Amino acid sequence: MDYKDYYAVMGVARDATQDEIKRVYRKLARKFHPDVSKAADAEARFKELGEAYEVLKDPEKRAAYDQLGRNWQAGQDFRPPPDWDAGFEFSGGGQGGAGQRDFSDFFESLFGRGGGFARAAPARGRGEDHHSKIDVSLEDAFNGATLNLQLRVPEYDAHGHLTEKLRKLQVKIPRGVISGKRIRLAGQGGAGYNGGPAGDLFLEVWLKSDARYQVEGKDVFLNLPITPWEAALGAKVKVPTLGGTVDLNIAAGARSGQKLRLKGRGLPVPGEAPGDQYAVLQIITPPADSDEMKALYEKMALETSFNPRLHLGG
Amino acid sequence: MAGEQKTYQPDIEYSFSLTEISRCCGVKTDEILVLVAEGVLSPRGPSQHEWKFGSGDLGRALSALRLEHDLGINPAGAALAIDLLDEMQQLRERVRLLESMVFQR
Repeated sequence: MDYKDYYAVMGVARDATQDEIKRVYRKLARKFHPDVSKAADAEARFKELGEAYEVLKDPEKRAAYDQLGRNWQAGQDFRPPPDWDAGFEFSGGGQGGAGQRDFSDFFESLFGRGGGFARAAPARGRGEDHHSKIDVSLEDAFNGATLNLQLRVPEYDAHGHLTEKLRKLQVKIPRGVISGKRIRLAGQGGAGYNGGPAGDLFLEVWLKSDARYQVEGKDVFLNLPITPWEAALGAKVKVPTLGGTVDLNIAAGARSGQKLRLKGRGLPVPGEAPGDQYAVLQIITPPADSDEMKALYEKMALETSFNPRLHLGG
Repeated sequence: MAGEQKTYQPDIEYSFSLTEISRCCGVKTDEILVLVAEGVLSPRGPSQHEWKFGSGDLGRALSALRLEHDLGINPAGAALAIDLLDEMQQLRERVRLLESMVFQR
């Protein structure tokens, strides 16, 4: 198991005061809190920080940790010396309330699981609810789908060590889910205690980013490239939508960036009006990569008096 | 269990009573009532006994409770944080959308 340098995790000196440790913890906790930060490693950083603070805020645990000496390096293979904690008494208590903690093996080897206080299972009770995030493709969100999921479930083995078990689950994704929606699988959470009912499993949906479409809520956006003559003269073009290709009339005099709404062509959220699709026009000028094209551009230059920089005084 | 592959039918438009959402969050009903008073949660229904919390409320309640617990802030502070986080999320999506439209191709 790896040694953890709790002072380095928090970025404080070994002789930092309790006040200083608390101040630094609060600051970092706000920065890395998984509900606040969108950084990919926020959850891991926050967990690491919580563990470091759990030790350093508590004078007893901090003294015991300091006693291991300062010769250890973070990541170094660690085994607690025999009787390392003789003479220390852990009063336990401390945290509580929401969010059960799971700490590293390093922490547990020093302070025991849960930091010195065991959690008693209620005599008979409902199992815990479990929460997880799932990525859903836009196509599956639009059509509905049956997904095979693999969830990593932390579990305690027979020896009381925390392990991760892979759980395979087949779930029907309903038509019209959008990012941030939670779906519930009743009775698929933690097992009940002594015959109590199992908890529920909540899956928070995240739509995967799509090469073609961007999604905002239930509306779908698509960049639609058109030629200068289609923009100038108007045209009927084919536009892909989640539900299949449709024809779209572009009026003469169309501009780049113009949004054309395809009503009801977004995500079909149950119980609400369906979202819309927007085709965002992008006028693409053809490259002058042949003599014919060059001649056409030169002809336009000669025969038109178009000046896009007029308003700049050019 | 092995070999048995069951398809689970999820429930997306579920709702909770006050007791149920408290139980899901692992807190006493009092803490949920405070979040309602702060406007973090907006149950539907004429009276407390008939309140129905939507599926979005569970996520907001869990976030608020985690923020209160982990950052040592009070419910009013958590409510402010949740509102600001929602707004930031909308702005982030907006920026992402606009960037992808401007810089694509």
